[in-house]
Parts: sequence; structure tokens; C-alpha cells
Amino acid sequence: MRAGILRSPSPLPGFGLSFGIMMTVLSIVVLLPIGALLGRGLMIGPADLWEMLNSRRIWSALSLSFRAALIASLFNLVFGLMLAWVLVRYRFWGRRFIDAAVDLPFALPTAVAGIALTALYAPNGVFGQALAPLGLQVAYTEVGIWVALVFIGLPFVVRTVQPVIEELEADLEEVSATLGARRAYTLRRVILPTLTPALLTGFALALARSVGEYGSVIFIAGNIPNLTEIAPLLIVIRLEEYNYDAAAAIGIAMLIISFAMLLAINAIQTWSRRRIGLV
Amino acid sequence: MYRTIQIGGHTLAQGIFLRSLGDGRIEIDAGHARLSGHPVATPRSSETVSFHSAFRKALTGGHLRGGLLAGLTGLVLAFGGTTPAAAQDSIEILNVSYDPTREFYREYNELFNAWWTAQGNAPVTIRQSHGGAGAQARAVIDGLEATVVTLALSADIDAISERTGLFPADWQSRLPHNSSPYTSTIVFLVREGNPRGIEDWDDLVADGVQVITPNPKTSGGARWNFLAAWAYAERNDLDPAEFVGAMYRNVPVLDTGARGSTTTFTQRGIGDVLLAWENEAFLALAELGEDAFDIVVPSVSILAEPPVTLVDGNITSDAQRAAAEAYLQHLYSPEAQALALSHYYRAWDTSQAAPEDAARFPEVELVTIADFGGWPVVQPEYFGEGRIFDQIYEE
Repeated sequence: MRAGILRSPSPLPGFGLSFGIMMTVLSIVVLLPIGALLGRGLMIGPADLWEMLNSRRIWSALSLSFRAALIASLFNLVFGLMLAWVLVRYRFWGRRFIDAAVDLPFALPTAVAGIALTALYAPNGVFGQALAPLGLQVAYTEVGIWVALVFIGLPFVVRTVQPVIEELEADLEEVSATLGARRAYTLRRVILPTLTPALLTGFALALARSVGEYGSVIFIAGNIPNLTEIAPLLIVIRLEEYNYDAAAAIGIAMLIISFAMLLAINAIQTWSRRRIGLV
Repeated sequence: MYRTIQIGGHTLAQGIFLRSLGDGRIEIDAGHARLSGHPVATPRSSETVSFHSAFRKALTGGHLRGGLLAGLTGLVLAFGGTTPAAAQDSIEILNVSYDPTREFYREYNELFNAWWTAQGNAPVTIRQSHGGAGAQARAVIDGLEATVVTLALSADIDAISERTGLFPADWQSRLPHNSSPYTSTIVFLVREGNPRGIEDWDDLVADGVQVITPNPKTSGGARWNFLAAWAYAERNDLDPAEFVGAMYRNVPVLDTGARGSTTTFTQRGIGDVLLAWENEAFLALAELGEDAFDIVVPSVSILAEPPVTLVDGNITSDAQRAAAEAYLQHLYSPEAQALALSHYYRAWDTSQAAPEDAARFPEVELVTIADFGGWPVVQPEYFGEGRIFDQIYEE
């Protein structure tokens, strides 16, 4: 009889083997690199870590990275939901094409996306020229970073919400209507609560992806210290100085903040599930 | 007629036979380009060939398993290195270089191999690696087995020596001219007709002028830009830190590499002036048209010396050492110098260069890195964390 943590929690056979494979792969792919980063941090020590992090330039880079990721993900939350809704609920010419196009940001190398967006939004680009008379500049400002992050984060929200909308039974809406609810009320009290867990998951994924995004952002950002310099670029700069410790310090700071944010989103998710009684 | 030819070392190409060049080489149409080289008579003479044919078999073979096996065998043959054939007759050089030398070394490798085989040696397989100078140096430090390094500034090569001990610290005295077979300088590229009237460094700090230059932290070339501006301020009794700070406050986009800045300036239309390597500026003129940009030479600039050296610790055989040493020394030969000149580098020996290549470079007063005390002093003092460059952005 096997004892301890490997005791099969279910009558289904194969737990030991599949658990072993899962742990091996997870260790190699995820846990080891993160462990190495944290190990480096432990070797440096918390006091020195703080010393390395406590400068205006690093704080502006970190706050820019998280602020831009948050703004872009919020935008994607709204726009992605609408896109998924339209794709599921309506039949129109070109629907399949748009459905396939949603995945493009996954497939495209991020550098290509960055260069393409920069070419469009630069002052001499198609959009850039149109926006210039209005006094708006997108490329090489923080807004440019938002645009790049919206682009790479969009499919995460759409692809997590879409299947849930597909499962959503029209009956519920009809019942709601026959009981006298107006459309906005049905949307607010019937549809959105059901979608909230999936929306939050998509939001969290998009956020996590955007925070660490490097390839597309450096082309459109302008990279001016304190203004448009993202935290991942600062890591690269520290590496160029052969200052591996300072690079690790910024990496650890990003890891901790991301972890806290994802934890908070998970907590909201659990709370909202309980509230609508889906658990 | 479909023929296989050998270009340079072991690189093969196939295409339709076009014509015989007389010196034993033939020209073929490889689909995307016309290539010339020596025809390969027996396509099983070297391991590279067997890799190619095995790979072709893998691609075209009907049976997936057979193809996979052939492909794997080819990979083992190509990368195993322990096969007798590979150990005896194949000498390999890995040249780890920086970005803008891509075109130059592509041609130099052919030139070197032609000369090397004419001396009665077996052809050398030369592999190239290009990237930002700092990233390339880090790759060598982290274990990339470079045979020779040819980087943008000696600070990057110093870093390799310091951190790995693969070659002695006085490496720069091993070859003539500070181990720099070709040099360049920093000039201004402005838009056609020079609408902002930019003539010298002091025009770059004027209100509203936008200057494009990469980040000296991530770009080796940008450090030369920084120092050239610094030298100007010192000569003209200006406070150099203030002057250079004012210049960087006029920089709207700080790219990570020299090519990125060139793209921002030429393609995106950002900025009034690009601080560029002279060879990059000439290249931009040649590629994008003389009527789009002008080159402005400032009153003082800096002699940019991109040095080369042998990575002794990565040498595996005497034959490889001989080939690698010859590879670097031959950079100083009149024909290689002529090639460098034709790629817009300021080389030393103009004896075999085309007259227009040799006469291209305007006279300019050049300071050298030695005037600043050398890279070991400059690198930490100006570009170290929290030092002069970082202070510009701390205010």
C-alpha cells in the first residue's frame, strides 16, 4: 500500500505515473528557471535587493510596465467581450475569417507586430498622419505601448470568454424577459455574472502576458528613461552592463508584483463564483 | 542543366547552369539570386555534403521514418564532430561579430578562402554570428565557442578577457593599429538640403532639434557618439556633462541598437539628425538614395576602432589556430583593406582600393579613445550603473 502524498486520490488508475510526468515537465519548464531567479535573489540578500531597486528610474519603469499592462488589459476586457459576443451570437459574412484573425497575435512574432504597429502609428505612417493634426502622437509615447499591449493581449480575453458564451443558454435570457426584465437588466444581472469568472481569467492571462512583453514594445515605445522605458528593457540594459544581480533584482520585483496581482484576481474570481453560486 | 556549386567554405548552392566564368568557377541561377562558385564534382566528398543530401532525402523521401532517420544521421554527421572525416579535413572558424559588419564579412570570408586555398590549404568553413556587440560579448562569456571576435569596441572584448580568461588582457597589442584593421568615425546624417542648418555639435542642443541616437547602454556604437559630443564640448570650453545632457534631452527615441536608430530616422521619419557610424551613413545614402539625406561632418569627431582578436582558449587544434590567425592577419592585406574601404570603412592601406573608395572620406579632426584614458577607464566612469550617462536621466 502506498502512503503519503502519492496515495491515489481517486479510483482512476495511473495517478502515480501521470503525476510523475507532470511534476518532471513542470519542474524543467517552469519551476527551475523561476527557482534559479529566486535563488539568485536569496544570494544577494533582501537589503541589497532593495538598495538596487530603490531608484527613481526603476520605479518609473516598473510602474509604467504595470500601468500600461493594466490599461491595455482593461481595454481588452471590454472590447474582447464584445468581440466574443458578436462572434458567437451573430451570423454574418466573414465571421469565420474574423474568428481566425483573432488568433493572429498569438502566431505573429512580437517583433513583427511591433514594427508593423510602429510603421502605422509613426508620424509619417497611415494612422500617425491622420492623428497628427489632432495633436495626438501614438508611436514613441506611452499610448504606443498601450496599443502594442492591446494587440498582444486581445486573444486571451476572446478565447477564454467565447466558449462560455457558446454555452450560455438563450432560455435564461428569454425567461428573464418574460419575467419583465428590461435588456440592460438581463445583461447586468443574468449574463455578466455568468461570464465574470471567464472574463477574469482572460483578464489575468492578458495582464500577465503584457507585463513581461518586450519584443513588440521596444519598437514603438521610444525607450526614454523615466518616460517610456519599460521594466523588461531595463533588465536587458542591466545585462548589457554585465550586472546580473541588478537584472535579477528587477526580475524578482516583477515576479512578486505579478504574483500578488494574479493572487488578487484569483480571490475576486472565487468570491464572484460563490456569489452567483457556481462552485 | 542543374548544378551544385561550392561558395566560399563548405556552403553549397544549387541552381540552373548559366555560364562558365573561365577561372574554373561557374555561375548558376539559384532561384533568388545568381551565384558563382566552383562546381562540386562528387557530391559525397565531405560531411557537409552528406548532411545536405541526407537532408534533401529527408525532405523529399516518401517514407516519413526513412526521411527522419536520414535527417538524424545527417545531423549526427554534421554536429557529431567525432567522425574521422570531420576531424581530419574540416577546419571551422566561428566569427562572432556585431551588426553592421554583416555585409563586409560575407564578402571577406570568400576573399579569405580564395586566398587561403591558393596558398595550398584546405578550405576553411567560416560561420558568422551577428548581433548587438554587448549581447555578442555576453554570448561568448556564457560559452559560445567563438574562434575569433570582431566587435564594435574594445570594452566588449576586454569584458570577455576579464571574465573568462580565454585570451590575455593585452590582446589589443597583438595586431597592428590597436587590432583594428578598419576604423570609422561618427558623422551626422540630416534630411536632404539640411533644413535645420545643422553644421556642428552645438546645433544639436538647440531648442526643438530632434536628435536620433541609440542608447549607449545597449549599443556599442552609441558610446562613440556620446564621447564625440563630449570631446566637442571639452574643446569649446563648455561643461561637457551639461552639453551632452542637453543633447540627450533632444532625443525623442532611444533605440537599443545602431540599425534600429537608422530605421527610426530613415523609415519612420523621426528626428532632424541621426548620429551615425560613417559607414552606416554612407550605406544609408547608397541604399535609400542620395537625394533623401545629406552627410554633415562635424568639426571634431572620434576615431571609432572596432577591434578583432583570436579567442585562444577556444582553439582546438594547431591547424585551426593557423587558419584563424591567418584569417585575422589577412584583414590587413591590401585586397581586404580595399574591400573594407568599399564597405565605407576607413581602412589603413589604400594601395588596391578603387580611387573613389579611397577618396570618399572627408578630412576631420579625430580624437581617440586614448585621449579619454582608454576603454577600461571610460566604460565604468561614463557608462557604468549610476555614472555620467545615467545621471542625465536622474535629474
